[in-house]
Amino acid sequence: MAADHKILTMKGQGSLNYRWLLLMAWRDSRRNRSRLFLFISSIILGIAALVAIYSFENNLKKDIDLQAKSLMGADLIIETNKAVKEEALPMLKTLGIERSEERTFASMIYFPKSGGTRLVNVRALSGEFPYYGDIETSPKNASRSFRLSKQALVDKTLMLQYDAKPGDSIKVGELVFQIAGLLNKAPGQTGFNASVAPVVYIPLSYLQDTGLSQKGSRITYNFYYKFSPETDVDKLAKSLEPKLEKAELDYETIESRKENTGRSFEDMTEFLALVGFIALLLGCIGVASAIHIYIREKINTIAVLRCLGASSRQAFLIYLIQIAGIGLIGSMIGAFLGTGIQQFLPIVLKDFLPVEINVSISWIAIGQGLLLGLIISILFALLPLVSVRNISPLNTLRLSLEETSLFKDPIKWLVYLILVLFIFYFTYVQIGSLSKTIFFTMGVLTGFIALAALAYAIMWLARRYFPLSWSYLWRQGFANLFRPNNQTLILVVSIGLGTTFICTLFFVQDILINRVTRSSGKNQANMVLFDIQTNQKQALSDLTKRMDLPVLQEVPIVNMRMTEIKGRNAASYKKDSVALGALRGLEREYRVTYRDSLSDSEGIVDGKWIGKAEPGKPVYVSLEDAYAKRIGVKIGDELTFNVQGAPLKALVGSTRKVDWNRIQTNFILIFPTGVLEDAPQFHVMLTQVSSNEMSAKYQQAVVKMFPNISMIDLGLVLSVLDEILDKLGFVIRFMAAFSIITGLIVLIASVLISKYQRIRESVLLRTIGASRKQILAITALEYFFLGALAAAAGIILAMLASWVMARFVFETNFSPELLPVLILFSLITSLTVLIGLFNSRGVLNRPPLEVLRSEV
Amino acid sequence: MDIILNIQNLSKTYESGGRTLTVLDDISFAIEAGSTMSIVGPSGSGKTTLLGLCAGLDRSSSGIVELNHIRLDNLNEDQRAQVRNQHVGFIFQNFQLLPTLTALENVMVPLELRGEKNIRPRALELLDKVGLADRGHHYPTQLSGGEQQRVSLARAFSNSPKILFADEPTGNLDAETSEKVVKLIFDLNREAGTTLVLVTHDLELASKTQRIIRIRGGSIVSDVKTLSENPKRADHGG
Repeated sequence: MAADHKILTMKGQGSLNYRWLLLMAWRDSRRNRSRLFLFISSIILGIAALVAIYSFENNLKKDIDLQAKSLMGADLIIETNKAVKEEALPMLKTLGIERSEERTFASMIYFPKSGGTRLVNVRALSGEFPYYGDIETSPKNASRSFRLSKQALVDKTLMLQYDAKPGDSIKVGELVFQIAGLLNKAPGQTGFNASVAPVVYIPLSYLQDTGLSQKGSRITYNFYYKFSPETDVDKLAKSLEPKLEKAELDYETIESRKENTGRSFEDMTEFLALVGFIALLLGCIGVASAIHIYIREKINTIAVLRCLGASSRQAFLIYLIQIAGIGLIGSMIGAFLGTGIQQFLPIVLKDFLPVEINVSISWIAIGQGLLLGLIISILFALLPLVSVRNISPLNTLRLSLEETSLFKDPIKWLVYLILVLFIFYFTYVQIGSLSKTIFFTMGVLTGFIALAALAYAIMWLARRYFPLSWSYLWRQGFANLFRPNNQTLILVVSIGLGTTFICTLFFVQDILINRVTRSSGKNQANMVLFDIQTNQKQALSDLTKRMDLPVLQEVPIVNMRMTEIKGRNAASYKKDSVALGALRGLEREYRVTYRDSLSDSEGIVDGKWIGKAEPGKPVYVSLEDAYAKRIGVKIGDELTFNVQGAPLKALVGSTRKVDWNRIQTNFILIFPTGVLEDAPQFHVMLTQVSSNEMSAKYQQAVVKMFPNISMIDLGLVLSVLDEILDKLGFVIRFMAAFSIITGLIVLIASVLISKYQRIRESVLLRTIGASRKQILAITALEYFFLGALAAAAGIILAMLASWVMARFVFETNFSPELLPVLILFSLITSLTVLIGLFNSRGVLNRPPLEVLRSEV
Repeated sequence: MDIILNIQNLSKTYESGGRTLTVLDDISFAIEAGSTMSIVGPSGSGKTTLLGLCAGLDRSSSGIVELNHIRLDNLNEDQRAQVRNQHVGFIFQNFQLLPTLTALENVMVPLELRGEKNIRPRALELLDKVGLADRGHHYPTQLSGGEQQRVSLARAFSNSPKILFADEPTGNLDAETSEKVVKLIFDLNREAGTTLVLVTHDLELASKTQRIIRIRGGSIVSDVKTLSENPKRADHGG
C-alpha cells in the first residue's frame, strides 16, 4: 500500500519524456500533414520577402565596400559651392599625387540639328579623373578623348531624345562643342539621378569661353585627388579639417562615402523589410486562425490523452512541437524561395543603385529568416495553443457542462502582450525610430482590434435583427454568421486585414500621383526661368511679352549664409548638444528674396510684417514659422548674415505660414525692400506656356539670346516625375505582391479550414434529403456574407488610414476613386465564395457516410 | 477485504443561469478490489457524472473520493492524470480511440506515458487477446465499431489497471457484437483480477456484475447484490 501512497507526494508529472512527445507529435501530424502545411504556407512568402531583402541588403553592403573606390573615382574629394578663396588655393594645388578639377552647374544646352533645348547638369572637367573606375562611354575611348579638344560627352537618354549622334554638335552657353560620345554612366551616378539631371561633360579649359562662369552663377567646385596607396587619406583629411572649414570647403573620403551610401540605402531596405514584415504578419494571422480551428478539432483527442494520464503540459507540448516543426519547414521553404527572389531584386531596383550588385547566397539572411519564421509561427500559434492546457478529460464522456473555454485564460493576455512586444521590437530593429515604431505598431493593432470589434458587432447584429421573413436557404446561410463554430471573427479579421493593406497601398499611390498633378493644374505657372542677371531682366521680360506669354512672377534672389543666431556662432552651438536645429541653420546656405508685401500663399502667424526697411533703423525679416521653431528663434531675436562677404544684422519681425504645394517661388526667409537691392543677385521668372511647341519655341529664343539663363519646363519635370513614380511604383507593387499573394493564401487556407467546421452539418443536411443545389446555395450565401463584410470592412479601414495619411502626412485632400474600390470589393467577395464552393464540392459529390469517415 | 474505491457523501452541483443544479446528492458507497459492479439509472439520473467523479475525471463539489487509498479530491488535474495512468482503465460508449494513431499505437499510449520500454510485444499480445493481432497498423476509421471497441479494450488493460470504468460499453454496438465485447470485457477482467465499474442502461448486462447500484435524480435508490459469482472467488474456487 505504501507504494500506492507515493503518488500523493508527487507534484504533477515528473519527467516530460521528450522522446515520446516528439513521437506523439509526429504520429498525430501524420493524418493532418497537408492541412498543417496549408497553415504554414501563409508564412512562406513573408519569410521569402524578408530573406530576399536581407540578402540583398547584405550583398549591397558588401558591394558598396568593394566598389566604393570606383563609386567615388578618387581618394579624396574637396568641394564647395562658392568661388574658392585665394588663401586655400596653394593647399588645393599641392595635395595628392594626382589632381583633377571639375565645376558643375545647371545650364541649358541647345541641339542645333534638332533645334531642341534642355536643362542639363554641365560638368567641366580637367585632369585624369576618375582614378578608379571609369566614365562609361560609347565609343569607349571618348571618355578620355573629349578632354583634348572642344568636345563633349552627352547623356545617352538625351542623345536618344534629341536624335543626336557622336560627331553632331551641341551649344553650351556661347560655345559649340562636338559630341565625342554617349555618356553611359558617370562615377556614382544612378539611373535615377540621370533622368532627373542628365549630365554633359565638357573640358574645363573651355568653360570660360562659354560665358556661363560669371559671378553669381551657382557653380559647384570639385577637386579630386589620388594619393599613393600607403597614405591614410582619412587621417590626412582629419588633419586638414580646420583649414578646410576656415576656407568653407567640404570633403569626402572613400570611407565617408561608404557610410553615406550605406545609410541612404538603409532607409530603402528598411522600408522594404517593413513591407515584407507586413506580409509575414498577415500570414501569421492566417496561421493563428488555422491553428485555432485545428485545436478545436483536436479537443477530443486531447481529452482522451488526458484521460489516459497525459499531463496538460504534455498535451500542450505535443502540439507546440508540431507547430514548431512545421513552422521550421515553412521557414526553410521561405528562405529557399527568398534566396531565389533575391536574384530579381537588383533588377527591380537597378535604377536606384549606384553599384553593381553581385548576387550571392547570404547565410546570415537565411539564418535570420529561419529564426524569425520559427519565432513568429510559434508566437502566433501560442494564442490558440494555450487553450490546450484547459481541455478537460471530461470531454470524453461528453458531459462537460462547463464549456471548454478557449478565450477566458489569463495566459492568453500574456501571449497577446508578448506578441505586441515582439512586433514592436522587430519594427524598432528595422526602422530604429521610436515614434515611427509606435505609429506602425499602433496601426497594426488598431486595424486588428477594429476588425475584431466589427466581427463581434456583425454577429450581435445578425442575431439581434435576424431576418425571420427570409427563405430557408437565406436564413440558414445568414445564421451561419453567428451560430456555434462560426468563422465570422477569423475570416473578417484575416480577409479584412489583407484587404486593408492592399487597398491602402493603392490609395497612397493615388494620393502621391494626385498631389503632383494637382500642383500642375490650369492657370498655374509651368515654366521657370532662373539665373537671370539683373541687367537681363528687362530684356527677358520684353521678349516674353513679345511672344504673348505672361510674366506671372519675377523675384530677385540673393544667396547668403547665417553666421550668428542670437549672438552665438556655429562654434558656440557645437558645444550645445540640444541646439542641433540652430547649428544646422548656421551650416546651410539661404536663397533669400526681398519684397514689400506678402504673396497669396503666405500668412503671418506671429509678429508684424514690415515691407520696407527705414535707413538707420533695424531690419525686420520674416521667417517661415516651422523653420523659426526648428532653429529656436522668436520675434525680436537677432540674426547675423554674411551676404557674399558683407555682414548684415537683422531682427526677426514676423513668422509666416507658407503653402509649399503651390508652384511659385516660396522662401524660408524674406527681407524687406531697401536692404538687399545692391547685393549680388539673380532673378527668377515664372511664365505659362500653352503647348509643347510654344515651350520649345520660347526656350530656343531665350537660349539664343541669353545662353546663361536656365529654364525648367514643368511639363518635362512632371513626365520625369511620372517616370520615377512609375519605377518606384513598380518596386512597391513588387513588394506588395508578397502581401497580396499571402492574403490570397490566407483566404484559401481560412476557407479551406472552415470546411471542416461545416462538413458534418452539410452531410447531415444531405442525409435528411437536402439537394445539391440547396447545400450549394447555403454555402455560397454564408461565404458571400463573410466575404462581402470582410472586404467592406477592410476597404473602410483602408480609406480611414489613407485619409489620415493624406491629411497629416502628405497634407493634401483625399478623394478616392470608387471604381477600382468596387472592383476590389467584388473580386474579394467572389473569390471568397468561389473558394468556399470549391472546397465543399467533396461533400456534394460523395455519399455522406464516406465523407464522414474520410474527413473527420 | 481491500476497498479499491471509497465514496463518501459525494455531491456535484452546477451553477447554471443563476440557479444551482444538483446532479449528485450525498452519495456514499465502497467497492471491494476485484469485484464487479454496475451503476444503472434512467437518462439524466447522474450516473455518468458519478463515473466521471469516481475515475478522477472531474472534481466533486463536496465529499470524498478515495481510489486505491488516494484521496482524489486533494489532487490537482495533472496529479489526477497520473493516478489515472497508474491505476485506471477506461472503456467509452463511443470508443474514443485517437484517430491519428493506428490500433497498435492506441494500445501503446498508456504505457508510453508511463515511460515504459519494450512495450510493443505487450501491446501486440493484448491486440491478439481481443482478436485483432493482424489489424494493428489500421487507423480507427478503417475499423468497424466492434473492432474499435476491442482496440479500446486492449488499451484499457494495457497499463494493468486496478480498476476499469466502462461507460455504456455496448451502447453503440449491435446485439451480436455487444455479446462478444461483453464476453471479452468479463474474460479479460477475470484474468487480470481488475475491479470493474460499469455504467449502463442495459439491465441484462448489469445483472452480469455482482452488485447493482441504481440511481435516480442524483441519489442512490437501491444497492443490491446479484447472484453473479465473484470472478476472483471463481478463480480461487477453480
